[in-house]
Formats: sequence, C-alpha cells, structure tokens
Amino acid sequence: MSRSTKKGPFVDEKLLKKVEELNKKGKREAIKTWSRASVIIPEFVGHTFLVHNGKRFISVYVTEAMVGYRLGEFAPTRFFKGHGEAHKETTALK
Amino acid sequence: MARISGIELPRNKRVEIGLTYIYGIGRSSSNKILQMAQISPDKRVKDLTDEEVSRIQKIINENFKVEGDLRREVQANIRHLIEIGCFRGIRHRRGLPVRGQRTRTNARTRKGRRKTVGAKKKKEK
Repeated sequence: MSRSTKKGPFVDEKLLKKVEELNKKGKREAIKTWSRASVIIPEFVGHTFLVHNGKRFISVYVTEAMVGYRLGEFAPTRFFKGHGEAHKETTALK
Repeated sequence: MARISGIELPRNKRVEIGLTYIYGIGRSSSNKILQMAQISPDKRVKDLTDEEVSRIQKIINENFKVEGDLRREVQANIRHLIEIGCFRGIRHRRGLPVRGQRTRTNARTRKGRRKTVGAKKKKEK
C-alpha cells in the first residue's frame, strides 16, 4: 500500500532543515546523513549527500532524474567481490 | 482475417482470448475492449465482421498502448533506472532479479542458463 498523498513524501525533518539552510545561503556542501529512507524532493537537486550504507558514507550527487527515489537507493549496502579471485567488473561497481 | 495492431490473428479462439495475443492486452483489458465495442467475448475471432474488427482496432488505438510503443516505453523506463544508478538500475545492469528475490538458488529467468563457477585459487602475491 502506498503512502497517503495527504502526508506528502517522507523526508527526515533534520535533513530537510539542513538542505533549506544551505539553499538559503546558496551554498553547496556535502551533507552527511543516515536517513536512507528519505525521499529525494526537488529542493535536493544539485546537492551532494553522503549517504550511510551501514559502513561508509557514499557520496551521492542528486540530479533532476533522481527526484522521487529514496536516498538509500543510491548507496548500495552490499558489494559482491566475486568468488575466489576478485574480478575487475564486480569491484568496479564501487 | 482479423489483423489488429500489427500482426495478430489466432483464428479459432474466442475473441476474449484472441485479443490477449497482442502485447499489452491481457484478459482484463481484453474484456474492457469488448464491452466498449459491444461484442460478445464468446464470439470466435473468425466470426468477427470487418466492421467489428475496425471497431476493436479503433478502441485500442484510442485507449491502449500496445506492441512496439509499449515495449519502447518499458525499455525507456529500464534505461532511466540504469542511468540514474539506483539500486534497481544496478540490478538491471547486472542481470539479476530486481525486486528482492533470492539469488542463492533459482532466479534462472534473470540469470539465464546455469553456469558453474569453480572456486578459483587466489593469485599468489
């Protein structure tokens, strides 16, 4: 079941506040966040987020096309390094 | 000869089923179309008059996206997912199931024929 439209998309309030502050100042700096569940809204476009993947922070540059997806979708939590010998293609995913 | 949206014409089946041979039309949209066209779903495809065929064709053209157009749309959606590099895009890129299914076993539709992976020895440094 999808979320009620009345509520609008879910965005972590703290994160939203930070983005708005940056927008007001017109500054662009990376925002560290653990809020993988936050939906990317149009205000986020052009910002860079450091999204936690459980271990490290993955830098995600938000473009127009990414609006409506969640931050976590762009920071994979698993890296398959291949069985036995490590393959180039699989590690390149990083 | 019933030719709708390109190449479709199974002659001896009921229209309700016959229409589902068109990519993008299943049982439910097939029934909707026939209801709109006022044609009994029990009628055989070969018994359709030319006029009925064109009526069906017209309804499909106006209300449904089928065949090539639909396929292109699906492809475009997948390409979009791949381009923005989200999780689903990565799964498409690597040919693995997209919706969280297990891959330890099964998943053969996405992964294709089984290929055995022998344990490779690590290269000595």
